[in-house]
Amino acid sequence: MSVSTRRFRWSAVLDHSILIIGSLIMILPVVMLLQMASTTDVHTMKNGPGLGFGDQLPVNFDKAMFKADGFSGENTGLRMLYNSMILGFGFAIGKIVIGMMAAYAIVYFRLKFATLAFWVIFTTLLLPLEVRILPSYEIVQKLGMLNTYQGLIIPLIASATATFFFRQFFRSVPEELVEAARIDGAGPIKFFVDILVPLSRTMVAAMFIIMFVYGWNQYLWPTMITTDEGMYTLVRGIKQITQALEGTNLPEYGRSNLLALIAILPPVLIVIFFQSWFVKGLTESDK
Amino acid sequence: MAQVKLNAVRKTYPNGFEAVKPASFDIADGEFVVLVGPSGCGKSTMLRMIAGLEDISAGELSIGDSVVNHVDPADRDIAMVFQNYALYPHMTVRKNIGYGLKNRKIPSAEIDAKVAEAANMLNLNDYLDRKASQLSGGQRQRVAMGRAIVRDPALFLFDEPLSNLDAKLRNQMRIEIKALQRRLGVTAVYVTHDQVEAMTMADRIIVMNGGVIEQIGTPSEVYHSPASTFVASFMGAPPMNLFDGHANGSEVHVGSTPLHRHAHQGKVTVGIRPEDIVPDVTGPLAIHVNIIEELGAHRLLHGHTAEQPVTIHVAKDYPAAIGPMTASIKPDAVSLFDTATGRRL
Repeated sequence: MSVSTRRFRWSAVLDHSILIIGSLIMILPVVMLLQMASTTDVHTMKNGPGLGFGDQLPVNFDKAMFKADGFSGENTGLRMLYNSMILGFGFAIGKIVIGMMAAYAIVYFRLKFATLAFWVIFTTLLLPLEVRILPSYEIVQKLGMLNTYQGLIIPLIASATATFFFRQFFRSVPEELVEAARIDGAGPIKFFVDILVPLSRTMVAAMFIIMFVYGWNQYLWPTMITTDEGMYTLVRGIKQITQALEGTNLPEYGRSNLLALIAILPPVLIVIFFQSWFVKGLTESDK
Repeated sequence: MAQVKLNAVRKTYPNGFEAVKPASFDIADGEFVVLVGPSGCGKSTMLRMIAGLEDISAGELSIGDSVVNHVDPADRDIAMVFQNYALYPHMTVRKNIGYGLKNRKIPSAEIDAKVAEAANMLNLNDYLDRKASQLSGGQRQRVAMGRAIVRDPALFLFDEPLSNLDAKLRNQMRIEIKALQRRLGVTAVYVTHDQVEAMTMADRIIVMNGGVIEQIGTPSEVYHSPASTFVASFMGAPPMNLFDGHANGSEVHVGSTPLHRHAHQGKVTVGIRPEDIVPDVTGPLAIHVNIIEELGAHRLLHGHTAEQPVTIHVAKDYPAAIGPMTASIKPDAVSLFDTATGRRL
């Protein structure tokens, strides 16, 4: 019997206790959100967060998804979710495409200043958005891309991180594979599409997760670029709700907390969905 | 099918290193030529220049009737098999074999037929729908061969294709490749550092060393009349015995023993194959045996003569013993080299 042969170890108990306590600490804020989202705002105002779950979830859900604030009535939760999705996907896909193509050029073509170009790209890691936000804003504004999806996505998609990861990956692809493809009559584009991209799929998945979450959580840039309420993203919009309801009105705890929960969901689902690919992409390769 | 001509083909790298010194030779239609030499001798560079993967610095290369110096590898009508197989790991065997044809815009029905034919020839039928990454070394090598033969090329190029296989499989694949090349009648250039492969597979061997062609000849020529001391010591296992000798204008002496008649005068290197030294109680060569190597089918005796190391190949029933013995040399078995230049006299 496997149960009896398995020795009882105190260290295992200790390990598991640490893990369980850790997960409880991690999950507690989420439970709190859920609790506050399930009661009326008055209840939350009077009692604060507690353990009693209410029955207001459907009502709050309706408000969170379909109620709009401001003048235009366009920034419903649904609309913001949609905008966030576009930002997340556009950001991730854009970064992967640009990063892959840049790495392809650097690794596979005899460019005179390829190494220099790579290090120049790499040093942009030292210049995050926050440092260059004013010139970036000015460019977007001059190009007339304020309050557009292009304006939201394009200035962010050049990625030193993705370029770096793909460069390292491409460099580990055996030279003979390139030569075999040359003899097989595959030109540069065919080689990229038929061989390099499929080979990189685990890497792409790993990059996608990182970049999607990164893009989804953008706060500063969307706040700068979007003034049109129809363009608000979730992360930016939630702040707007709590802000708009100060004064004599009760803060809409239920609505904003539920929106916060909804904002967590897509990144979590993406990570769960791509998890095994993610580990593979960063640790092994099937070259 | 085509003959290959190299006319003073040479490779110089930007840093000035000359990997291949000007080389000229012809390969006949349907011939199996093996380029052999130690690592870094330029044999792979030579092959890669023929393939078009490496630019030719000077000279002229033609395949068939046309000069192909500046022709893309894909348009040279060649197929190449690489040491590490270079299969596309994410594609099935079927797609791997057919990829080159697909890029040539050949109709898919025809590709299917050709892939099936190649798979039949190489016993790959059961693996066609497996991924290349799921195959064993020997199977991968077969797929690589399949990829080469479906193209009906004018020229096969092999770059140490058997180096990654274990010894048993290597012997088997050696025979298969040779048989396949014979059957298809395609000209082949094969690079290896293994002199056994070179001897067994080649119609003609090209021995290279330090970017220079040392000798071109049939396996028998290369083995029995090596053009230089390098070839003598590189080809054959165990290699040819090389003794420092002295020629006085009529006879050649090793130590005080006269071994050979030759009109040369001065220092010479005397080369004798281990199997050409025969134990003989009345023989002129006095040998002291130090080590006996038992190889089953025969024995190797390692010892000294005139204070120089010597190896003798004897039959398995020869009563070998450590200690002194005498031997004679088979007639016409002596190769003489100029000690200064290493060239055959």
